[in-house]
Amino acid sequence: MLIKNRIASDPLSSEITSKSTYLNRRSFLKGGAATAAAALMPWSVSAAPTRAREFPNLIKSPFSTDEPQNKYDDVTGYNNFYEFGTNKSDPYDNAGGFMNRPWSITVDGLCDRPGALDIEDLLTKYSLEERIYRMRCVEAWSMVIPWVGVSLRDVLKKFEPSSKAKYVEFTTLIDKKQFPGQNYPTIPWPYTEGLRLDEAMHPLTLLSVGIFGEELPAQNGAPVRLVVPWKYGFKSIKSIIHMRFVEEMPKTTWEQQAPSEYGFYANVNPEVDHPRWTQSKERRIGEFFRRPTASFNGYAEEVADLYKGMDLRKFY
Amino acid sequence: MASMRRSYQKPLVFLVCFGPVIWLTYGLFSGQLGANPIETILRNLGDWGLRFVLLGLAVSTIRRLTGWTGVLRYRRMIGLFAFFYVFMHLSVYIGIDHFFDWSTILNDIIKRPYITIGMTAFIMLIPLAVTSPKAMVRKLGGARWKKLHRLIYIIAPFGVIHFFLLVKADVREPLVYGAILAFLLGERLYRRIKKKEASTRSGHVSV
Repeated sequence: MLIKNRIASDPLSSEITSKSTYLNRRSFLKGGAATAAAALMPWSVSAAPTRAREFPNLIKSPFSTDEPQNKYDDVTGYNNFYEFGTNKSDPYDNAGGFMNRPWSITVDGLCDRPGALDIEDLLTKYSLEERIYRMRCVEAWSMVIPWVGVSLRDVLKKFEPSSKAKYVEFTTLIDKKQFPGQNYPTIPWPYTEGLRLDEAMHPLTLLSVGIFGEELPAQNGAPVRLVVPWKYGFKSIKSIIHMRFVEEMPKTTWEQQAPSEYGFYANVNPEVDHPRWTQSKERRIGEFFRRPTASFNGYAEEVADLYKGMDLRKFY
Repeated sequence: MASMRRSYQKPLVFLVCFGPVIWLTYGLFSGQLGANPIETILRNLGDWGLRFVLLGLAVSTIRRLTGWTGVLRYRRMIGLFAFFYVFMHLSVYIGIDHFFDWSTILNDIIKRPYITIGMTAFIMLIPLAVTSPKAMVRKLGGARWKKLHRLIYIIAPFGVIHFFLLVKADVREPLVYGAILAFLLGERLYRRIKKKEASTRSGHVSV
């Protein structure tokens, strides 16, 4: 049996190699191994995304639902993000090399203090909350997702919208290299969305920078996206680079694509069918049976007043 | 020797045609069908239904273009697999996706053109599947059987239209099926015109 007795004069292993050097070496080896693996298996690059940085000390929001959350793999592997491709798995497959830094959102239009909102400022100068919302896709499926973000109104207020501003228009980045889907005219690019100013200023409307307590993966709209939980998912525009205060109702992407199928408001409404399928039920991802869809996706108490006196069949 | 080769060829082709079912079953139990496995299964069965319909149409085209007559032996099997996949596609839509929610399903059939068209195509496939056994061919007589099976020239375009109408924005995939269908039908039309020309020309000669 070999027993090594340490003599007092022998250096400790920790004296020879500092812990940080040791850890660096490990990450260096890991990086090297990953590069080698990538060279052998090109598909492994996107198949093994590294988990992003985490947000500590998130404020719990009273708006959160206590319904069971969907699995991380489902939330990050089943996405409609046509910029990365039109299949549900395309965003996960193609989001690997997305560069979400540096990133800033231009905020201008009808406001007194136009300017830019840098992503780092958004991450550090605002108190980030966790909001667990239901997300209802126009395709009649839904998820429960723990978002990280701030109320959009806390951000918009700083730019002091003028009294003429009636709507906010949002635009996604155009970059054919990073967004391979933009090489085909499947939908009019860039993706454009809009909210009425009172919708944008509603406390439920979230400017999101994360999910599951960490930074947004690219396929979920990194680095910053909108979340409007009482509207169909396509209103919650991803990878935003521009917010503009305007007087006229913006022409949104899906409205341009198929005006009879996708309206500007797009409030979740079980009474108004999509021309090609019923909206009265939905499949919660992970469940077998379809469940009934709730008016305003279950947020009627908070938002129904915004639409008082409006014919929601006409303004779908 | 030749008969021996034939004896294992058919089961082999059968197994290949059955492959998608094996793959979907395996995928389901190993969790490889994604976040929405019901949708994946429904779409896949529909894809294969359309593929087999087109493959059935391609059999005689292949024979004419390559001169390989052996391919005709697999036409009945391909046709029956087309029916099988379309039937499974419809069954999953009714029994799993909507879990026998008849009011929704009936509403879909009446109100949504792509479902109306898909349903019509399925109903037209039924007599073709029923008359596929040799005994039925004999009973009907070759000419009538042939006439009945021309329904496929309506079924196949309906299948492509069904897919085209269902897609939200990216029509590239249904267009590929449409192009294949156009080729298969175009080849027949071209042959017909040529034949007619030849017969009128020969008619002139005889005058």
